[in-house]
Amino acid sequence: MNAIYDVYQSLSIPSRMLVFLVLAPLVGGFLAGADRKLSARFQGRYGPPLRQPFFDVLKLFQKERILVNKFQNFNIILFFLFTVFSGALFFAGADLLLVIFSLALAGTFFILGGFAVGSPYSHIGAERELIQMVAYEPMVILMAVGMYQVTGSFKVAMLVQHQQPLILFLPGIFAGFLYILTIKFRKSPFDLSMSHHAHQEIVRGITTEFSGPTLGLIEISHWYENVLLLGMVYLFFGFNPWIALTVCLATYVFEIFIDMNYARFKWQLTFASSWLFTAVVGGSNIIVLAMMK
Amino acid sequence: MGWFKRSPWVLHYNATACNGCDTEVIVSLTPLYDLERFGIVNTGNPKHADILLATGSVNAKSVQVLKNLYNQMPEPKAVVAVGLCAISGCVFQDCYNVQGGVDKVLPVDVYIPGCAARPEAIIDGVIQACDVLERKHAERKKARKRS
Repeated sequence: MNAIYDVYQSLSIPSRMLVFLVLAPLVGGFLAGADRKLSARFQGRYGPPLRQPFFDVLKLFQKERILVNKFQNFNIILFFLFTVFSGALFFAGADLLLVIFSLALAGTFFILGGFAVGSPYSHIGAERELIQMVAYEPMVILMAVGMYQVTGSFKVAMLVQHQQPLILFLPGIFAGFLYILTIKFRKSPFDLSMSHHAHQEIVRGITTEFSGPTLGLIEISHWYENVLLLGMVYLFFGFNPWIALTVCLATYVFEIFIDMNYARFKWQLTFASSWLFTAVVGGSNIIVLAMMK
Repeated sequence: MGWFKRSPWVLHYNATACNGCDTEVIVSLTPLYDLERFGIVNTGNPKHADILLATGSVNAKSVQVLKNLYNQMPEPKAVVAVGLCAISGCVFQDCYNVQGGVDKVLPVDVYIPGCAARPEAIIDGVIQACDVLERKHAERKKARKRS
């Protein structure tokens, strides 16, 4: 069981980052493929092959490059770089707070990319993305705070090696994190800004004006982001790698299940419910932890 | 080799159809036919699309929309005319505002007959359009090499 940690410990920080750079898109791509296949099965369809996301991205890179203006691509490249950077930091075992802030910066560049063009659909998508970000960000910060309260460190390398199960101290935080994970994975009922499913009222939201290679880059960033988020789920169960990996997969399946069963919320409900949930389960968990000390 | 065969994304536009062909297009996405098993996705956004599925005869009002949608699609792209109205205008061809089939406005690559076109025929037509996409992609590549 400790073999995974031994391998991890033996790697230097740059090589850990390199492993993440190479492996994350593979894992993320297949996860996205499993997502589409599972979604189809839930709906009684056969579904596309597991490798479909790779076909999609390879095709997108062969399409014509259409630019509405040059800032559009600039923002998306920065979005990609910062997403990869925060993932690499996380898997190198660096500071969790730095990871969270750099991920927020990546999200900001994505929103700026949506605002860089003239399309009203893109603008609505970007505004909704902004609201979503405000909705989920407090819970992400609370997660870092809660983990610090238990372990006394923000370092991912320390958190993951903590001998006691973090989930026993942070059940409320974990529940809150699951709630906002639906927003981060862009699943119903919170897929306001863009959705992987067909017809919705704002066409494709924030990605409306992105086509070809740029859209491919957004997809790849999304894969990196998903792997990073599942890594955060892993932290809660870091005491046993096998349990942790199982829970990561179960979380993913659970999110797909939620996606299939809900219609889209309005932005008011999205915002209010996530803040309320964060305050109740996250906040009370933090207070209880503080009183236990 | 291109990857268009494995992941053609479709944009559907109703020029002036009676909704018969449109229903059949949507039906081909349902569990019984499941277009997505070929990687086909109905996008609703011309900038993401590879194939334009046009239904119905083209009239004076829909010409501009059709041209606009086609121009926004990135290369390589293909146009599929679904149903008899989209092929020739059918019984509406003599109407004062009807210009005829989709090929009066856009270069159509695949014609799918039927009134309404059956889902099996639509799936077959889209798969044939994939070959057209592959050919256009190869031509683009050759032209880029030459220049």
